[in-house]
Amino acid sequence: MTTKPVLIESRGISKSFGSFLANDSINFDILEGEIHGLLGENGAGKSTFVKMVYGLLEPSNGTFYWNGKKIIIGSPQEARNFGIGMVFQHFTLFPTLTVIENIELALNDKFTTHELRDTIIKKSAEFGITVDPDIYIRDLSVGEQQRVEILRCLLQNPKLLIMDEPTSVLTPQESEQLFSVLKKLSKTGCSILFISHKLKEIKKITQRATILRGGCVVSTVETADVSTEQLAKMMVGSNPQNVKPKTARKSGDILVKISGLNKPADNPFATALYNISLNVKAGEIIGIAGIAGNGQSELMEVLSGEWRSTETFDVFDVFGTDIRNYSPHKRRQLGIGFLPEERHGHSAVTNMKLTENTLLTNHNSPLIQKNNVVKNENLEKLTNDIIDKYDIRTPFRNPQASSLSGGNLQKFVIGREIIKKPRVFFVAQPTWGVDIGATKFIRNSLIDLANDGCGIIVISQDLEELFELADNICVLFRGKLSESKPLQELTSEKIGMLMGGEELHSESQGH
Amino acid sequence: MIDALVLTILMTSVPLILAATGELVVERSGVLNLGLEGMMLMGAVSAFALTYVSGSLLVGLLAGVISGCLTAAIFGFFVLGLATNQVATGLALTIFGTGLSGLIGSDFVGKAIEGLPTVFPETLSNMSFIGVFFALDAIAYLSVFIALLVWIFLFKSKYGLVLRACGISHNSAHSLGYKVLTVRWCSILFGGMMAGLGGAYLPLMLTPHWSEGMTSGRGWIALALVVFASWMPSRIIYGAILFGAITIMQLAGQARGWTIPPQFLSSLPYIATIFVLVLISSKGTAKYLAPSDLTRPFISSK
Repeated sequence: MTTKPVLIESRGISKSFGSFLANDSINFDILEGEIHGLLGENGAGKSTFVKMVYGLLEPSNGTFYWNGKKIIIGSPQEARNFGIGMVFQHFTLFPTLTVIENIELALNDKFTTHELRDTIIKKSAEFGITVDPDIYIRDLSVGEQQRVEILRCLLQNPKLLIMDEPTSVLTPQESEQLFSVLKKLSKTGCSILFISHKLKEIKKITQRATILRGGCVVSTVETADVSTEQLAKMMVGSNPQNVKPKTARKSGDILVKISGLNKPADNPFATALYNISLNVKAGEIIGIAGIAGNGQSELMEVLSGEWRSTETFDVFDVFGTDIRNYSPHKRRQLGIGFLPEERHGHSAVTNMKLTENTLLTNHNSPLIQKNNVVKNENLEKLTNDIIDKYDIRTPFRNPQASSLSGGNLQKFVIGREIIKKPRVFFVAQPTWGVDIGATKFIRNSLIDLANDGCGIIVISQDLEELFELADNICVLFRGKLSESKPLQELTSEKIGMLMGGEELHSESQGH
Repeated sequence: MIDALVLTILMTSVPLILAATGELVVERSGVLNLGLEGMMLMGAVSAFALTYVSGSLLVGLLAGVISGCLTAAIFGFFVLGLATNQVATGLALTIFGTGLSGLIGSDFVGKAIEGLPTVFPETLSNMSFIGVFFALDAIAYLSVFIALLVWIFLFKSKYGLVLRACGISHNSAHSLGYKVLTVRWCSILFGGMMAGLGGAYLPLMLTPHWSEGMTSGRGWIALALVVFASWMPSRIIYGAILFGAITIMQLAGQARGWTIPPQFLSSLPYIATIFVLVLISSKGTAKYLAPSDLTRPFISSK
């Protein structure tokens, strides 16, 4: 394998933003026709590095060598001229343009629309990626959009294809399809730089992998020779704390009853919810899986009380109280905690201090006195309790929420809810964009909370997370919620089918 | 009689077509320039002043185009260079243009110039029914031609595709390696030139004298027209004639003592625009017509 020639080599590449060193002299090489993994946690510097390879960022130091020759990649156009293509994590497609127009934008050569259509059809047949060239991007599913992105790169006949976290938006089945396309592509001699923080994928698809941690290369390994545990250790720097096994919780009374929930889409990009029913018992964690954009944020708005209706919503009882018309504040007073997905600006106000953020969801006694004046000692004490208990690293005392890293801010906003010991807790994407250490910590906190008898709904795109946390799982697809199934009856394949909108045919029905 | 009315309507629509076509390009690239009224006034006063001084209409027209372009450059410096809020900056530009044009024009109030000549000989324009279409000046024909060119540019050329792409998602366009700020600079300057030319048409043709604030809201109507035309150049032409007709009806109605209040007629373009906005925000594909990154400042990192 090592007899293949080197395609691109990174020698001493560094990048700093102000005083922050995002990449510290990165050295590694990619061979021709190799699938090379770039593994690292969020914030390890993976995206910074590939943006330099693609000419979007300028290295502060260091050089790239392409086929042994020193090169400067000044812009994405130059990168494309070398034969570097990139599929971004957040797609760079234009929703209100057609597939053909989107592809034309990325090509340097002049094509007539007619030639381009033929080329697209030919290329998509070659790699088994079927796309209608005249359809608008906005009408495609996320998986299909990614195929357009890949196709767009393939049409440039790349020598190096960069894939930035490509599977984060795909169902397990779609990921399999993607892997087979990538393998086919690498057989044609194209090198692939595959970026991921998912160890199993790296192990499965890549021949070699480079592990980044804190902006530095930890090691480059042959993935066949290392175990996922070893990879995890290199990525995190220590043995990650494991998530506690769930104790056999006795599920108690039904705490939350939802049925006949219908929510019309209130803007062009929203998803309507159709006839959703769901019960949560004490001590139970219900996991709601699904690909982003299938109604998750709308469901969260309903649970938190940001959207209320008694007309299209039949039952929403918590502890036997009809809360359909309760404001978020009233819901909190009832003992319900909730945490929306976006921590910057939704669950926390980023340019407010931590104490002020604590106050936002706790504006009643003992923090507020009878005359509506804030009791500062109590507020500071509660904030410090949250910081101590949830191990939040702050740069200095009582900073603005924006100065905390993603993981620390997420621990803070979750801690702020959990410390009040809610009896019902609704949370969306609790560990999205959070490092492994904080992830494990947050999941353990949720399990502790459920063990104490709290009923929890976790909305998450991360199947691994739901398998670790949930007792029952249901899937949101285009605003419809599948029947909730105990974890034991489900596999990731089955959930993947539900995420893609297919029905599960249970054996008992026999058709 | 009817011919005269139709001719006035067509002429009234010319500055609207010019200014709105320019603004359409600006908005398609993702920038909202509410300073249209200010740029038109600057174009109008420069065109009148230079024509009066030099005695040449061509010099006047050029002056209008250049001063519209320079006024737009001020706007571009703020919203692109300093990433300021486009709505606030645009409003400020209108106030600035109104004031400065009044100052420059104070010496020219009450003076008269010779307007633009018609293109075709009188034998053509005297024909019944279709004669009126031959009774116009060069700028009027040019305005339709420009709208047509803009349509071909936006929807048939790669550059137009890139410009539209910048308005839909500047981050995606940047990632593909397009220079979003350059595209927007060009659009803004083009928009300024068109507004300047549209403004110049007023004192050179429509009413051959200068008076302060002589655009009397035409910049705002042109802005409304862009939305009314749902960002399609061809619809600008129909829309401009429609809005021009409403403006003229209001004057004609007053002269004939119609019972419809003129204030109601003058509010019609805006009511029509709000109606289009409602359509756009409702269901169906109309919602996809607006450039999705409109008014969002682009800040690139390197």
